[in-house]
Amino acid sequence: MIYLQLFWEFFKTGLFSVGGGLATLPFLYEMQARTGWFTVADLSNMIAVSESTPGPMGINMATFTGFTVAGIPGGIVAVAGEICPAFLIIIAIYRLLDRFKTNRYVQYALYGLRAASAALILVAGLRVAEAALLNVPAWTASGAFTDLFRPLAIALAVTVFLLYRRLGKHPLWYILASGLIGVLLKL
Amino acid sequence: MKLIPDLFLTFAKVGVTTFGGGYAMLPVLQREVVESKGWATEEELADIYAIGQCTPGVIAVNVSTYIGYKKAHVPGAVAATFGVVFPSLVIIILITALIRNFSEIEWVRHALAGIRACVCALVFSSVIKLARKAIPDLAAFLVFAAVLILSLFTDVSNVVWVVAAGAAGVMIRTLSSLRKKKGGDGT
Repeated sequence: MIYLQLFWEFFKTGLFSVGGGLATLPFLYEMQARTGWFTVADLSNMIAVSESTPGPMGINMATFTGFTVAGIPGGIVAVAGEICPAFLIIIAIYRLLDRFKTNRYVQYALYGLRAASAALILVAGLRVAEAALLNVPAWTASGAFTDLFRPLAIALAVTVFLLYRRLGKHPLWYILASGLIGVLLKL
Repeated sequence: MKLIPDLFLTFAKVGVTTFGGGYAMLPVLQREVVESKGWATEEELADIYAIGQCTPGVIAVNVSTYIGYKKAHVPGAVAATFGVVFPSLVIIILITALIRNFSEIEWVRHALAGIRACVCALVFSSVIKLARKAIPDLAAFLVFAAVLILSLFTDVSNVVWVVAAGAAGVMIRTLSSLRKKKGGDGT
């Protein structure tokens, strides 16, 4: 039965992909080759759509694949399979942490983990900035250093940064406004 | 509002404003979960992100399950996790069913270019906020800097750096508490 199979395939994907949505990609390629449920072209289309719609990428990809294979129930079943392992593991970790949170060494480890966490989120932000604010392919093609920068995108990012720090306001408003500005300026 | 529906709606809001991977939801999480609802502290967010790097599954699911469980056990975890994936399910199914080549539409590409510039500005701002709590002293800053550089310039999995940072935390704090004790005996 296709729903059970979908659930099982995405359960495995959710269980073995460590570290976020993009980590699920190799598993989806492997699933494509083994089951033939969708084509390689479907996969690249899926990555493009997942990147260009709201929602965590891993969930978008599971929805897309499940829906392509078996319609709306397929999408739901694939997402359920994908989130199941993380759901159970995080509850177990929460209970462990809650029991041992007063332990000195747990506190010491968390002291190091928090610093690492800030660094890794910054790295993820820098990777987005590289794609959004710089144009590395144009620079390597022309060799002209000025081709490296996307001035409009940089101006927009700096404006958002300053306004957000000064005014606060909900991030949603900045995202909506920036999307609109992107369309108007043809960023 | 009742807690369970509130968890669902809040995390649906987080899901719908996430463009990219789990790190992209940090600004909205800080705003909704830390500042406006008080369901978690900045430190806890940093903890969950570090845990999410080393555990299976999508980071968005790790975060929502953790906070949902903390507030209202299994029903809370289900509500928050279902909330965070709900927008993806609806949006991806609609787009896949109705619009062909969504990601190649010109205004979609322009809007996304604007949104990406915005998201990296918001993420940088959020990292600064997080760092104030996650990096309390010089030793923690050194851990942060080491993880930043190693993760940027090597291809080793983030899991390794997170585990190493946890170990470094235990060593640093154990040493400094030993030194304090020694200083105390001397006087």
